[in-house]
Amino acid sequence: MTSRKIALVLGGSSDIGRAAARAFARAGYDVGLAGRDVTALEPDAADLRARYNVEVGLYKFDVLDTASFDGFVSGLPVLPDVIISIVGLLGVQQNAESDLAHATTIMRSNYEGPSLILGLFAEKFLARGTGTIVGVSSVAGDRGRASNYVYGSAKAGFSAFLSGLRARASRGGVHVVTVKPGFVRTKMTEGMKLIGPLTVEAPVVGDAILNAVENKTDVVYVSGKWRLVMLIMKALPEAVFKKLKF
Amino acid sequence: MTLVSGWGRFPVVDSDVLRPRSFAAVDEAVMAGSVARGNGRAYGDAAIGAVRTIGMTGFDRVRSFDAATARVRLEAGVLLSDLIDTFGPRGFLPFVVPGTRFVSVGGAIAADVHGKNHHCEGGFGRYVDSILLRTGQGEVIEASREQNSDAFFATIGGMGLTGIILEATLRLRRAETGWIRERVICASDLDAAMRALDAGDSATYSVAWIDCAARGRDLGRSLIYLGEHARRDELADGAAAFPVGKNPGLGVPFDFPSMTLNRYSIRAFNELYYRMGARRAGGSHVVSLYPYFFPLDAIAEWNRIYGRRGFLQHQCVIPEASARAVLADILDRVARRGDASFLAVLKKLGQGDGILSFPLPGYTLALDFPVKGDILNFLDEIDRLVVGAGGRLYLAKDARQARATFEAGYPALSRFNAIRKSLDPACNIRSKLSQRLFDEV
Ligand SMILES: Cc1cc2nc3c(=O)[nH]c(=O)nc-3n(C[C@H](O)[C@H](O)[C@H](O)COP(=O)(O)OP(=O)(O)OC[C@H]3O[C@@H](n4cnc5c(N)ncnc54)[C@H](O)[C@@H]3O)c2cc1C
Repeated sequence: MTSRKIALVLGGSSDIGRAAARAFARAGYDVGLAGRDVTALEPDAADLRARYNVEVGLYKFDVLDTASFDGFVSGLPVLPDVIISIVGLLGVQQNAESDLAHATTIMRSNYEGPSLILGLFAEKFLARGTGTIVGVSSVAGDRGRASNYVYGSAKAGFSAFLSGLRARASRGGVHVVTVKPGFVRTKMTEGMKLIGPLTVEAPVVGDAILNAVENKTDVVYVSGKWRLVMLIMKALPEAVFKKLKF
Repeated sequence: MTLVSGWGRFPVVDSDVLRPRSFAAVDEAVMAGSVARGNGRAYGDAAIGAVRTIGMTGFDRVRSFDAATARVRLEAGVLLSDLIDTFGPRGFLPFVVPGTRFVSVGGAIAADVHGKNHHCEGGFGRYVDSILLRTGQGEVIEASREQNSDAFFATIGGMGLTGIILEATLRLRRAETGWIRERVICASDLDAAMRALDAGDSATYSVAWIDCAARGRDLGRSLIYLGEHARRDELADGAAAFPVGKNPGLGVPFDFPSMTLNRYSIRAFNELYYRMGARRAGGSHVVSLYPYFFPLDAIAEWNRIYGRRGFLQHQCVIPEASARAVLADILDRVARRGDASFLAVLKKLGQGDGILSFPLPGYTLALDFPVKGDILNFLDEIDRLVVGAGGRLYLAKDARQARATFEAGYPALSRFNAIRKSLDPACNIRSKLSQRLFDEV
């Protein structure tokens, strides 16, 4: 093992996960990638090693398998310096309206799993007295919208969890970052109509996460424009908001 | 179906666009009438599938890197910009780069792109050791100079028509720094420009920017840029060995009304450009590789300057012997028309490596024209001069040449077609370009 810092990415095979791993490796971190299918992560591990000459560890992690979380954390060879949760599932709102199983999966993937696992890391980090926790939430959690409130509500819960955790953990030397990307061109959003000027590419999110960690930022809207958009969205009275098609 | 076009935004045509994420998904995606697309920097219709376009930029992983041999294995969707940003600071650069860094490795191989060093170091294909190719028939083969060499040399410069390049192994250049020692020479007319390029034969990099609004005695006046990789001891004290490449921030946010570009604005721009360059002429100075190689990358989406209807690039190469007279004739016609590009590019090329590679020993001239009026007829006229001189047009820039022009310019075509047929008997791989120029109808 080298003496470099370690960043562990949960959801390492997602586009944003890969981008974040690259950003940290470029900055000189050793990287851990965790995902459901470890074999599928191997090309990404090779990519990071070839590009940046860093050490890369691969770990099996399933965000829906909460029973495995304790074992996952204690099974790591070393406690990372930075833990980043990119895990999430957009799902299909229309299906979630009538299919309880689907709605449950969306809620658990975006709120329950990420919150529980980051909560566990927070305990370890607080015991050690250092560490950074990054949760990738969404602007969709800032206000429930007709078109995606199942996903949005879970992200809202996750955002609230992170802000509470931040308030508590900061006293113990642990920093918590909430990342709220808007539209990102990824596998998840492929085929969706994205609003050009509000859309960013995954590497931009990866860099934003690295910057937030290094500069100890609390909440990052990846595109500054979103902060403004959501400020307006949150300020709209419910009577007006419910009539909007957004 | 989606409306798709190349960088010139002409033609705009229908094609189904898919972005597979795994090689297995590529396999499923390919159907009759498919072609690979890299980063869409080809100007015309080369990267548009006859029926389906297979987007490859999702394949952006480096597989392995060996600093001892300067070899890198990577997926075909990796952009040269990414390669430069990743390995530049470690002392390695691609041997050949085109005028924009936002091209994929697959696209650079398929067009066998040339840089400012073609006259002495050859094209992109020369530094490709091997490729992993998924043929139209569905086979996945490794091809190199030794193994499946027909497929290898047909794929270099083959405009994607031999199949989908999945991976490639490239030889990189060791570079002490990311800076270029540049010398600017002022040439008052075409003869002077050609002489300066000839004299620059021994320079690693050379290119001329021609003021194509200049006429009469000034015809062909230009600025010639010569360049060498700067050594560390040539940098100013404290300068970083590798400069930072900024992403294009300021884009062109809307289509310029086609009014903006007219003979007056073009002439004024050229006059200014020439004078500013002339002031730098003489001694040598050190510049970052980014503005040196990729001057246009500073403005994102500059293709919108030409307006909604798009524009055409006309890039020909004329063999050495007949170059002087034919280039003068072309430039004169362009100057008299008055609506050509801000700037034309003139440079020397050497021998190409692939069977269909564009370069041949001679001079290449690249011009931009907005799509309007009788431009298609005018370019046909220019083509007759090119063909008459034994020259050819660059397929990566083409959107409109006639089949006869193409066939006259590429005598190795029948050999290419035979190899293509052996790799893909059913002719599954087809682009809009191949339908226009290659395929039997
Ligand atoms: C501003 C600008 C400057 C340029 N300057 C130069 C220059 O100096 N020299 C030069 O040579 N060219 C130049 N070009 C042209 C450019 O280098 C080529 O068109 C290059 O092929 C573009 O690469 P791409 O990844 O965008 O490919 P695309 O435009 O997407 O595709 C180009 C061709 O490559 C094929 N292709 C792409 N990926 C694959 C793959 N994985 N497998 C098989 N086939 C594939 C496509 O089918 C198509 O035929 C310039 C272009 C621009 C916009």
